[in-house]
Order: sequence, then C-alpha cells, then structure tokens
Amino acid sequence: MIQATNDFVIKFANVNGSGSASANELFAKAILRMGVPVSPRNIFPSNIQGLPTWYEVRVSEAGHLGRRGGVDLMVAMNPQTWATDVAEIESGGYLFYDSTKPLPPSAFREDIQVIGMPLTMLCVKHYNDPRQRQLLKNVLYLGGLSTLLGIEPDVVEKLLAEQYQGKPQLAQPNIDAFRLGRQWAADNLQPIGLKVRRADNVGDRIFVDGNTAAGLGCVYGGATVCAWYPITPSTSVAEAFEKYARKFRTTAEGEKKYAIVQAEDEIASIGMVVGAGWNGSRAFTATSGPGVSLMTEFIGLAHFAEIPATIINVQRGGPSTGMPTRTQQADVLACAYASHGDTKHVLLFPEDPFEAFEQSAAALDLADRLQTPVFVMLDLDIGMNQRLCKPFAWDEQRQYDRGKVLDFEELESGRPFGRYRDVDGDGIPFRTYPGTHPKRGAFFTRGTTKNVDAGYSERGPDYLENVHRLVRKFVTARGLVPQPVVTSARQPTRVGVLFYGSTSPAMHESAQRLASEGLGIDLMRIRAYPFPESVRDFVLAHDHVFLVEQNRDAQLRTLLINEYGLNPAHIQPILHYDGTPITARFISRAIRDHLDRIADLEGRAA
Amino acid sequence: MTYLAKPKLHHPSLKPNKVGFTRRDYEGRISTLCAGCGHDSISASIIQACWELDIEPHRVAKLSGIGCSSKTPDYFLGQSHGFNTVHGRMPSVLTGAYLANSELLYMGVSGDGDSASIGIGQFVHCMRRGVNMVYIVENNGVYGLTKGQFSATADAGSKSKKGVVNTDSPIDLVSLALQLGASYVARSFSGDKTQLVPLIKAAIHHRGAAFIDVISPCVAFNNHAGSTKSYDYVREHNDSVNFLDVIEHRNPIEATQPDDGSLIEVAQHDGSVLRLRKTDPDYDPRDRIGAMNFIARHQAQGEVVTGLLYVDPDARDFHQHLGTVETPLNKLGTADLCPGGTALDKLNASLR
Ligand SMILES: Cc1ncc(C[n+]2csc(CCOP(=O)(O)OP(=O)(O)O)c2C)c(N)n1
Ligand code: SF4
Ligand SMILES: [Mg+2]
Repeated sequence: MIQATNDFVIKFANVNGSGSASANELFAKAILRMGVPVSPRNIFPSNIQGLPTWYEVRVSEAGHLGRRGGVDLMVAMNPQTWATDVAEIESGGYLFYDSTKPLPPSAFREDIQVIGMPLTMLCVKHYNDPRQRQLLKNVLYLGGLSTLLGIEPDVVEKLLAEQYQGKPQLAQPNIDAFRLGRQWAADNLQPIGLKVRRADNVGDRIFVDGNTAAGLGCVYGGATVCAWYPITPSTSVAEAFEKYARKFRTTAEGEKKYAIVQAEDEIASIGMVVGAGWNGSRAFTATSGPGVSLMTEFIGLAHFAEIPATIINVQRGGPSTGMPTRTQQADVLACAYASHGDTKHVLLFPEDPFEAFEQSAAALDLADRLQTPVFVMLDLDIGMNQRLCKPFAWDEQRQYDRGKVLDFEELESGRPFGRYRDVDGDGIPFRTYPGTHPKRGAFFTRGTTKNVDAGYSERGPDYLENVHRLVRKFVTARGLVPQPVVTSARQPTRVGVLFYGSTSPAMHESAQRLASEGLGIDLMRIRAYPFPESVRDFVLAHDHVFLVEQNRDAQLRTLLINEYGLNPAHIQPILHYDGTPITARFISRAIRDHLDRIADLEGRAA
Repeated sequence: MTYLAKPKLHHPSLKPNKVGFTRRDYEGRISTLCAGCGHDSISASIIQACWELDIEPHRVAKLSGIGCSSKTPDYFLGQSHGFNTVHGRMPSVLTGAYLANSELLYMGVSGDGDSASIGIGQFVHCMRRGVNMVYIVENNGVYGLTKGQFSATADAGSKSKKGVVNTDSPIDLVSLALQLGASYVARSFSGDKTQLVPLIKAAIHHRGAAFIDVISPCVAFNNHAGSTKSYDYVREHNDSVNFLDVIEHRNPIEATQPDDGSLIEVAQHDGSVLRLRKTDPDYDPRDRIGAMNFIARHQAQGEVVTGLLYVDPDARDFHQHLGTVETPLNKLGTADLCPGGTALDKLNASLR
C-alpha cells in the first residue's frame, strides 16, 4: 500500500448540490492550517444539481501547486461514477466509501485498500431532519478522514466555528457530527499509509481564487464602471467586484462610488465599457470565450478610436460553447487579434491569484496609458480554484496613471490639441474628456478613417499615418507591460522553456524534477503580449526551445513566430488541451521524449 | 447637400444667448447628406433647441450608431464631443458614458435600421433602465446609407422604390418605448419644426429616458408614391394630439388660462413647465395605458399620431436606481477609489 506523509492526492467524488463543497473546502483548509501546502481543484459539470462533481486536493509539503495526476485516496460518495472513480485510484491506493449498503466484491479492486464507513446509517441513527442527514453526512466523512490521516481535530473545529460565526445553532451540530465521525473511525477503522503531519511551509501566503483576486484588483485599480453578462467561469469576477466595491466604496450616506450593470449581453457590456472609457471612467468587463466573440466589433472600434477598455477573459474550453466548466488557454489568438482589419491588442497572463489582482489593477493603468483595450487572460484553473499565493500587496504611494489627458487648465493655456497627433513620438496621442472646456478640446470620435485632428477622412495618407502610429504605440507597449520572468538553470544549458499563465506551478515542478534527474533547463514565463524583445533573445539564446501551452494549436507560439519572424522549427510546442489542468508529469515526459528523439537522430547521424 | 462654404464672419444679427453663444456656435460641419433629406431638418431643430435653452455646447455629448442619420451629430453642436459608434449599439455606449459622468446632457441620434433592426435589443434595454438621455430616431423606414432596403419600421404594404412590397409587420418604436418604461415619449415630423423644437426642448428638460420618433423622409429612397414615410404621406396622415410650449421656469399661472380642459401644465423635476394645448380632447399624456390605446387605435386607421404622447415628470433615472454618488464617477481619483494598504492587510488576514 502507498505510504506517504504530506505528499499525496485525495479526490472527493460527490453529487452536485449535495452540500459537499463546503466540507471539502474545510478539509483543504485544515491541512493548510497545519502548515502543509495544498492545491484543490473543482471539477464540476455545467449544471446546478444532480450531476457528478469532483474535488481533487493535492497535498504537497514541498509546495507543488500544479495538478499532479493520479489519485491516492478516493472518497467515493457518488454511486453514478463509482466504476470510473474506483478505476482511477493508483495501485496500492485507498478507497473510502459509504458502506451502509453492502456491495459485491466485484465492485472493488484487489490492489487497493478499501475503507468502509456506514455514513448513511450513522446519519439516520442520529438525525431526524432529512436536510440535516444530507449535509452532516459530509461532515461525518470529514471526521472519519481526519482520524485516518491524522488531521488535528482542534484545527477543524476552529474552522467550523469560523464558518458558522454568529450562528451557534449551526456550529454545534457540525462540530458534534465531526466528533461523531472521528470517534467512529477511531473505534472501527485500521490506520492507513497516508498521513498529514504539521509543518511550516505555508508562511504568510493567502488562499484565494483568481476571480476574487481580479475583482478586488479592479476595485484597487480604480474601476468605477463594471458592465458584464453572466458566463462560466467568469461570473465570480463581477460578483467579487460588487462585493468589495460595496464594502470599500460606499459612503457613510450609503451612496456608491461605482456602478455595476448586468447588461443584456456581451455586446452591450463592452459597449458600456467603451462609453465609460471614452468619458473618462475606468471601466471593465469580465467574460469568457463566447462573450469575447460577441464583443469583437466593439473591440476593434476601441482599438481604432483609441479608447481604454479592460477585459478580463476567464478562459474555458472552446470552440463554441465547448467545455464551459473545463480549463484551457485557447483564446490567445482570438483576443490578440480580436476584430476585423489589422488589429492587435495587449494581453496579460497572470500565473496565480496574486498576479490576477496585480495585473487587473495594472490593466486599468495600461488601458488608460495606451488608450486601448487590454485583456487579462485568466483561465478556469486559476479563476475558479482557490490557490495558495503571496499576500496581495499595494504601495500606499501609488497613484493611478490616467495617461495623456488634457485638462481644463492645459486647454485654457492654449496648448495645441489634435486628437490623433503623435506629439511625443511614442505613438500615444493626447485626448480630452467630454465637457472639459467650453471652447477647446472637443472632437468627434469615429471608427472610420480620420485625419490627425479627428476630422472625417477617407484619404489613403491619413489612413496610413494613423495605422502606422498605432504600430508605434504597440512597440511602446512592449516596454510598459509586465516583463517576462526568467528562472535560470544552475549550470548553463542549451534547453529553454517558455510558458505562461496557469501552467506555472506544473512547469516549475517539472523543471525541479528534471534538474534532479540531471537535466537543467532555463525557464521564461511570458507575462504579456506584445512580447518584449527579451522573449526573442531567450529563444535565440537556446538550441532547444519549448513553448508549453494549454491549447491544441500552439496559439502563443504562432503569435511569437509572427511577431519576431522566428523559425518555427526552432520552437517545439508542448500542448495539453483535454480540459484538465496541465501536470508536471506531462511536461517532463514531453520534454524528455523530444530531447531523446533528437539525441537519437543525432546519434544516428553521427 | 450644399457645397458652399459658410462665411467666416458671423452675421451681426446672430446675437449671443445667455451663455454667450450665437446660434452659429451650435452648428457643426457642413452636412454631406442628400439635399432635402429629412435628417438635416432634425439637425436644425436640435441646434435651435439647444441655442434657445442656453445650453453650453461642451456640456452635451452626442452619440450615434451607423447610418445617414447617425452621421448627423457631426453636423450640429461642433463644439461638443461626439461619438459615431457601431451599427445599432449607440445605446450601450451612451449608457456607459452616462454612467461615467451624470452631469452632461446625452443626445443619442439613431436611425430606424440602427434602432429597430440591428440594434433593437440595445434600444429596448436602455429604455428599460431609464438612462437620462434624449434619444432621437430619424425614422425613414429604410436603410438610407446602404441604398434603400426596408427597415423594421417600414409599414406592411408600403412599396420600395424598386417596387417591392413589404409584407413584414412594422415595429412602432413609440409603442415599444411606452411599453418598456420610457418616461418621455413623443413623435414628430422632420418637416414640422414648430412641433419638433419644443418636443426636443422638453426632452432635454426631462430627467429619465426621453424618446422622440421623428419621421424623416429619405428623398433618395423612400419619398415616392406607395411609401408611408414620404413627405406627402406624412403630411396627409399626421394627427397631432397637442401643441407644446416649454416654459423654462415656473411662472405665475396666467389668468387667461382656459378652463375647458384643453390646456395641461406638467411641471418637470427641474422647475420647467410643459404647457400642452390639446387638440384632441380624449388625450392625456400623463396616462400611459391610455396613450398606448390611443396610438394603437389611430394606427389601425392609418394615422400617424404626433405630439407629446407620454410624460412622467416624476421619473427616476438610472443613476438614482443604482444609488451612485452625486460627484461624477469620472471625477473620482485615487484617494476616493483605492481602499489602501491597511484594508488589504486585513483582507489578506481573512484569507489564511
Ligand atoms: C455590423 C454592420 N452591419 C451592416 C452595416 C451596414 N450599414 C450601414 S448603415 C446601415 C443601415 C442604416 O439604416 P438606418 O439606421 O435606418 O439609417 P439611415 O441611413 O436610414 O438614416 C447598414 C445596414 C454596418 N455598418 N455594420
Ligand atoms: S440616402 Fe436618404 S437618408 Fe441618406 S442622406 Fe440621402 S435622403 Fe437622407
Ligand atoms: Mg433609416
């Protein structure tokens, strides 16, 4: 049987809507409070009640937060998925199940240890209310598992007390059920090989999901208008914005320093964002792939008319409705080139909730500075799962960068104004807000071609002047966006790996594993498009370059090759796109296989 | 369309209004629309209304979609910011602009294709929300800019210039706006400035979603016999329910007021008074359901009812519904908006 302390994967198989989510989250938090890093992942259906749902928790004292793959202990609470759940357990692993109803031996496997706890029977015996029977069943298994794994009961009871703060009539039955489960397991079950032991590897890190972080980032970043339309997995961004804006931006009189509108669709959402941005408010929308598709005409208008807009895209699996509750990084090209004509947009790639916060706030600054749409490319894996990350940070001295805006005084002083003139040579023109000055600074905004003073024009030279300036502006953007992060191998190496976004923890784990096996690799985490030149230099500095992505068509690779005219043969894609988060095992194997193949070829050639 | 450049010097008779602007200051660039296009007359009415109301041009934001009608904001109020957005989506952009700054006057100009065909969804929802705006549809029953295809307001049975008869039921934007909760609803005719200018002025004074459907013949594609949006047809079938006069601030009630019920006064929230001389004894513009019935009845008889059709002087607008602060959101800075580091530390502590 598997023997492991602070390093295993446990998976809960539940029925959607059965109240298991909060018990499972409590399980993960209890281990965290014992100083042991965990990374949980919800795997859920596009449905409200009755369908299977899973919660997978990786326990890793070493701090690996990527998905590991494989399951050491399955908590099989869903008869519907029994067969596949049992089959998924690693050989030598454990199966925990509700043994109220006897199951034939054929329902089990020889190579795993089976742990039965009569949860339903215990509930029926102790509780009368059917709802209570259902909910406390989850707490009962929590109790049983805590005994088996050695989770400290005080920690769980404190968490339960926190969860039901101010509602003692709810807290006590939960604590009692937890104790009941613990006691039953202590009296009836054999110890197992998996253990949690107190450690000190969590530090001051926080445990939060990326969507909450992004919504909070928009509050800190000064967004005053949020227009959105519900879509999984982005909905909780707008909800978090509303929650924190209400908390932090309501005056003593109860008036709001923000406006949030649930629009009629994504076209209206982005239209409102564009209107607010044009009129000098920081505005954002949160959406996912299908929403981006609807927004594209407006995104082109905002690009060409040069209006700030922040779009938080929590990516899911496409195309079309695709896999609404699964993760991918497959909107890279759709966002980079959103809309007709020659359009290019700024994309940011946060790796975790810490960066989701930071980059959402940064996006609002960048959108104003560059007067253009900026995408924050989250995905379901970081957006909807709680992740251990650095605590949010904010520099008290920080002021919002509102970009190049002429105010009343500057207009009054007679400073010349031409809306699309490149005064500073960086491609970024000055703008004015409506209503600023009675005589100066008004202009007409349009998506059609205009001259440098915003007058209507269909002349070729005017068009060229404008679109060439937009290219200069995009080059300026390279220096303003978050720069890539390099992690070098201990020794000089010919192998370099590029990656971005939620791939980060799996990538770092893979690099550690490969290093321990003697293969050092240099890593570069790309944090934004347009790519700074350092990305090109990294590619050129390595003989073997990999680019790891969670989409089928190597979209970011296409973008990179296109941007710098790189040799496609020089960049080997590593692609994972079945809707589950990428794993370190997958990446390591792909790198190994490719390098072996090359060595083989070189060997044969030699 | 006129190709003559405007004289640089202002005519001495162009006296400034109370805020120091002459009528010329409310004009825009030279129109590029067809000579005789109804849309140009509407622009002239907007210019006159704003001038007479002493509105500072820079306090107006003009927004439009795409179409001949949507081009017109370039041809009036040249000292105001304008935004020619995308086809059918002006309402959302206007809504966002209005959210950003509640203090400006938002003038949305659209066409029947823009608002009733491609953009009907956005039309519907901005009326429902009570966005504080003046929303004008320059309604010619066709897509002018793409050369005369029927729009969704074309009457069933009307004939296109090419001889095609429209069989689809028409959308009546006035009835729709009433049903959706617009708090000021009027209809007029581009050729009737005496009726249209006061309607625009009253709409400007109104707080809430003000909608004016202006029949505006397209001389290039929809002004022939068989069209129900031609100058001749509208003149023959126009049934005006009232004459409107806008009084800027509440004056003492005059003793000469007739007491036969033919005069209604409606006080708006900003102190202005709408004085309506009724030409139809059955019509009360404060009765929404009655208005809907009246319009439907007359429509069935092939009549185009014009005038101030509905007004709710006590309407609340979208900012009031949202409960936002009085200071425009676009004037709030870092100190107003950012909760700061201490709050963040506390929040971090709650996430452990
Ligand atoms: C998405 C999109 N589809 C089609 C068009 C082409 N188009 C331009 S104007 C117009 C119709 C305008 O009709 P209306 O709003 O009635 O304005 P009018 O020209 O009659 O004043 C169309 C279909 C467009 N600009 N954008
Ligand atoms: S085509 Fe029709 S709507 Fe367009 S400018 Fe000419 S007359 Fe006016
Ligand atoms: Mg039209």
